[in-house]
Amino acid sequence: MAVPVSSEASLAGAPLTYNPDLERLEIELLLEGVFRHYGFDFRAYAYASIRRRLWKRVEGEGLRTISGLQDRILHDPEAMERLLLDLSVNVTAMFRDPSFYKEFREQVVPLLRTYPFIRIWHAGCSTGEEVFSMAILLEEEGLYDRARLYATDINDVVLQRAKQGIFPLDRMQEYTENYLRAGGKHSFSQYYTAKYDGALFSPALTRNIVFSQHNLVTDRSFSEFHVIFCRNVLIYFDKTLQNRVHSLFYDSLVMFGIMALGSKESLKFSQYEPCYEKLSATEKLYRKVH
Amino acid sequence: MASTREAQAVPGVGYDLVVVGTSWGGLAALRTLVAGLPETFTMAVALVQHRHKDSDHLLRVLLQERSALEVCEVEDKMPVEHGRIYVAPPDYHTLVEPGHFSLSTEAPVRYSRPSIDVTFASAATSYGHRTVGIVLTGANADGSQGLRQISDRGGMAIVQDPRTAESPTMPTAAAKAVARARVMPLDGIVAFLRELPAGVPEREEA
Repeated sequence: MAVPVSSEASLAGAPLTYNPDLERLEIELLLEGVFRHYGFDFRAYAYASIRRRLWKRVEGEGLRTISGLQDRILHDPEAMERLLLDLSVNVTAMFRDPSFYKEFREQVVPLLRTYPFIRIWHAGCSTGEEVFSMAILLEEEGLYDRARLYATDINDVVLQRAKQGIFPLDRMQEYTENYLRAGGKHSFSQYYTAKYDGALFSPALTRNIVFSQHNLVTDRSFSEFHVIFCRNVLIYFDKTLQNRVHSLFYDSLVMFGIMALGSKESLKFSQYEPCYEKLSATEKLYRKVH
Repeated sequence: MASTREAQAVPGVGYDLVVVGTSWGGLAALRTLVAGLPETFTMAVALVQHRHKDSDHLLRVLLQERSALEVCEVEDKMPVEHGRIYVAPPDYHTLVEPGHFSLSTEAPVRYSRPSIDVTFASAATSYGHRTVGIVLTGANADGSQGLRQISDRGGMAIVQDPRTAESPTMPTAAAKAVARARVMPLDGIVAFLRELPAGVPEREEA
């Protein structure tokens, strides 16, 4: 990529000419600094997205360059906290993509009935909305008492919120619609109590959920699972890191175990496609077969 | 591959990626645009149309009906291949990396996800002067900033003549933001694209 920059322009403090190679160098140096000083490893995150979020923070701090941001975050832990918030995407919803949950009920639940005990891993569970959705689904299918849900995330702050089981009250109408479209069998409101502006979900739902911190980039597998959910988490990783995490998932699934991805993710672009078969024509549900 | 095209192609010269942004009135405009691209068209074309988050695959199907090229909806890490049309999925941002797409569920940008600006800016970063950005009909100002970045990095900026757009707001804003943009009616854009030199297709390294 050759966008020539005259050396005078960059030396004289004149308006900065955009140089994509230099920008990439600055970003790589910043991420290396963050990793070595703070231990957070964003070095293998998808470039276009991390670039966008770094520039947002540059603007938010009133700075001019990525290198300027590097200087600030290395010397000011509070600036690092702000950057971390920018870099952690925590968009989620209960019964997100209802058709996915409907398909899960129809295609996967019958398979799960054949197991005496079911271990499920929600990798990158964020604030827990999808874990609670799964607990409700399994409860309604009569499987919850023989299931254990392991909900992990890199970020301890979101895990603490997930444990509380309180979600914004103003989203309950949306979640109720999702629940019904997902094939919900009861009344959604029976699962929560409205309290101020929060909906507190029944503590009975958490009885078989284990929350714990886990880093997909650096940590190893911690058990063998029958189902792994990792929806809209891997999209933030580059292809190399995606393949590494797929290797971790592959090693963590029992033979004929189920891998569930987000609706716009695919195993097609990973090295692990040959190890799985598609379980659904429309949803991203795969079964380990090799 | 036509041998004449290969003979003319010079590495580093020509365009590899066309990114198109539109909102209100976009379906009719996109159907006209894709119908005008011949089977031999060799650039990759990525379409960002604002739409409801629960939209299904209808947009892809309606475009495929009219197109001689293969139309697909973007999935994460899908390769950017020449001679293909890509539709940004609803409720995600579509970002362009060198050789492939990445998706993101970051917050909507000015109420839009997909955001045209996000796709355009990442295309400008990854494909630089090999990018063509096109802003069509629409009822907001999304796309202006991204189109300016494409133009600033040496890419080609094109705006639908607002007088011919079903909704003139978006092309008007884009033409105002990008001084160098070429403004032309839709059939002019199609004819212009057919004449633009395409880059040399290169395969992404695994």
